Amino acid sequence: MADISANFLGIRSPNPYWLASAPPTDKKLNVLRAFEAGWGGVVWKTLGSQVKNVSSRYSSVDYNGSRVMGFNNIELISDRPLDINLKEIAECVRLFPDRAMIVSLMADNNRESWHELIRKVEDTGAHGLELNFGCPHGMTERGMGAAVGQDPEIAGSVVAWVMEAATIPVITKLTPNVHSVVPTGRAAVQAGTHALSLINTIQSVTGVDLDTFIPNPNVGGQSTFGGYCGPAVKPIALKMLTTISQDPVTSRVPVSGIGGVSTWKDAAEFMLLGATTVQVCTAAMRYGFRIIEDLCDGLNNWMDEKGFRTIDDFIGRSVPTLTSWDELDINYHIVAHINQEKCIHCGLCYISCEDGSHQAINLAYGNPYNTYTIKEEECVGCNLCKLVCPVDNCITMEEHRKGDEYLNWKEFQRRGLPLNDH
Amino acid sequence: MAVRNNRLTAEEYAQHFSDIHPPFETRDAAMVDANRCLFCYDAPCTKSCPTGINVPKFIKQITTDNIKGAAFTIFSSNIMGGGCAKVCPVEKLCEGACVYNLMEEEAIPIARLQRYATERAIAQKWQLFERKPGIGKKVAIVGAGPAGLSCAHALSREGVDVTIFEKEEKGGGLMTYGIAAYKVTPEFCCDEVDFITSLGGIDIQYGKVLGQDVTLTELQQAYDAVYLAFGVGMARQLYIPGEQLEGVVDAINFIYDIRNSGYPAVPVGDQVAVIGMGMTAIDAATQAKRLGAKEVTLVYRRTQQEMPCTEAEMNIALLDGCKIVWLAAPAEIRGEEGRVTQLVCHAVKLEADAGGRRQPVITDEKIVLPVDMVIKATGQMPFEQLIHDCQLQHNNGKIAVTDNGVTSINGVFSGGDCVNGGKEVVDAVQAGKDGAKVILAYLLEGGNARNSL
Repeated sequence: MADISANFLGIRSPNPYWLASAPPTDKKLNVLRAFEAGWGGVVWKTLGSQVKNVSSRYSSVDYNGSRVMGFNNIELISDRPLDINLKEIAECVRLFPDRAMIVSLMADNNRESWHELIRKVEDTGAHGLELNFGCPHGMTERGMGAAVGQDPEIAGSVVAWVMEAATIPVITKLTPNVHSVVPTGRAAVQAGTHALSLINTIQSVTGVDLDTFIPNPNVGGQSTFGGYCGPAVKPIALKMLTTISQDPVTSRVPVSGIGGVSTWKDAAEFMLLGATTVQVCTAAMRYGFRIIEDLCDGLNNWMDEKGFRTIDDFIGRSVPTLTSWDELDINYHIVAHINQEKCIHCGLCYISCEDGSHQAINLAYGNPYNTYTIKEEECVGCNLCKLVCPVDNCITMEEHRKGDEYLNWKEFQRRGLPLNDH
Repeated sequence: MAVRNNRLTAEEYAQHFSDIHPPFETRDAAMVDANRCLFCYDAPCTKSCPTGINVPKFIKQITTDNIKGAAFTIFSSNIMGGGCAKVCPVEKLCEGACVYNLMEEEAIPIARLQRYATERAIAQKWQLFERKPGIGKKVAIVGAGPAGLSCAHALSREGVDVTIFEKEEKGGGLMTYGIAAYKVTPEFCCDEVDFITSLGGIDIQYGKVLGQDVTLTELQQAYDAVYLAFGVGMARQLYIPGEQLEGVVDAINFIYDIRNSGYPAVPVGDQVAVIGMGMTAIDAATQAKRLGAKEVTLVYRRTQQEMPCTEAEMNIALLDGCKIVWLAAPAEIRGEEGRVTQLVCHAVKLEADAGGRRQPVITDEKIVLPVDMVIKATGQMPFEQLIHDCQLQHNNGKIAVTDNGVTSINGVFSGGDCVNGGKEVVDAVQAGKDGAKVILAYLLEGGNARNSL
């Protein structure tokens, strides 16, 4: 059995799954139930100045009958009194000393407020701090949250204030509402943060009610931009995580990956691209804490199958395979093949290739079933047919190299090779 | 043993004849199945529908809550898409061709989804179609069944005024009078006819019999074209002794009475034999059982391999507790005091003929069933005399037409069961559409059928 325990800057947890700063981690009642269920750690919902929430607060995006592909909220940081939060954090740490307790913070925009808040939080025995530089709504108007994360200079100064006071590990949580997360990440690292976490939510409008004409979520006839998360944002989070893993400055610190992690597979992908731990929220809000069982079990079985003993054996392993486009091998070429035994004649490959790609599939009319075959000489190896085929392994991509040697675009240009060669 | 009516309580009748394929209870339930649809290109389900309904399109429309669009997609191919969703043998048509069958998965419940869209359209009387401006032509149609109504609707949409002559008191034809009541209710049949005629431009004259109340010549004189869609009617005779005994009925009349007189009024025996294994035989047998017969036995002279009904239909009968005697050819109906007491059959064996096809051969063995009622369901006969009187060319009573419904008389067109001898409702709807197309072309070209017979 593999060892799935995590060590994040000395903060240990029996598994790499932390509950992200959000409603599931805003009170003792929830956190104790999460720990009982088996979660490795929590990031306690952001503490800071007094706020007041509105309703409704959530909206979601459904897709083809599946609910909550994307999730959106306009909730603010913790709206409970600070002293109650601090007391409960201390109790949770005492009751579950083996679990990671990180506390998310968002102090008012001055050094004293940060110092004071950090002192109070450290008194609880918490293991780490996470700076919320990402909340995209409500707090930005006060110059906090994403307003900090979007400006590397401000972010750097705040981190510097924090590092003056903090005696436990500090994680800086980045906002995705920027053209690149790297500048703020660098500023935070250069100002001394011990680690990074990403992504926070993405500003969004999830939709408009077609009866009332009011966008979601509806707050008494009005709406506001919310923060988008859930399965829909995972690809964006993975991209941003990778840029942090690739950058020489930001890659110096460990990262906690966030953004649509719903299954052990998602977690493994985040870790392969550089995350040491992952944070989960939407999936837990949707299905409850019980999902931790499969999150752990699935990761464990996969690690056994792949021969990984600890999570350190694979963290970051996929990062080097993500390169720039002009490094890709132009001589690598694949061609689709349709297994006629498996084909159910739905024609989806045909029409997507016909309308959306390179007209490389041949249709032989039949009643009621048509026969579809690949025109190999026309196939550009784009993969679209394989992606839309509803049958597993019916369409496979077969390698038909154009040349033995590795040839990238830069070399292709240098040699002045003809454009329409292949 | 007795043949009698009023065997059950009102509650029992209601229960026995309630909808056999209940609709989706909720939107969500429909969505789950609609979202399973792969949205096939050049879809096999569409190709397997005689009316060519664009099935993936209407299912996709259901997934986006565009029910009005879905209903329009269905009705523009098949104006009886509501009824067909209830009575079509979908397991051998659209659903039988669903690609999920090739993945060993449950086919999309196309009929149920079709019903989900059409039932609402009919119940809420959505006006989905608009007539084009009148073209100053009028067409007479004989028969307000699926072919006639489909033809009328298509013509009226094109601005042609249509008068339908119908011998019964209600429209719908086979749908209203010839199908088991647990598949379509009489109320639904009425609503469906109203839905079709609500387009306008379609006048149905009920109780008008061709050859009695009105002649073909009169119609030819008074209208620009005539479409004959009077179906088939007479039950095929067995030509065996005892056929005239009291207690011997034909399935067409039996089902007609159930639809027309109400369940309690229809007499049924204790021990009923139904001869035949087609859809009508199944409808007769299951309904005899549901009317309170103690024992119902289907008698068929071949085996399950050759039966004309689908397996799904046969299973309805078996689940209703009907028995099936295979390889039995009725030889004689015996009676006492003029009333049926026994059905005597020859046991049959199948032997390959010269061409290798298995043919029934009568053996010496006899099968005797004690019965007090015999329902004959061995096919229907065309109205041969009527067709002969109209001086139409025909093949054994089936009106002879070209591929698109042109008869031997200029300006007279025909389609549906009276041409093909009896097929599914959906085939008749398509025939009506085809007929309308050729009639419109004929009217616009000034009275010459392009390719006469």
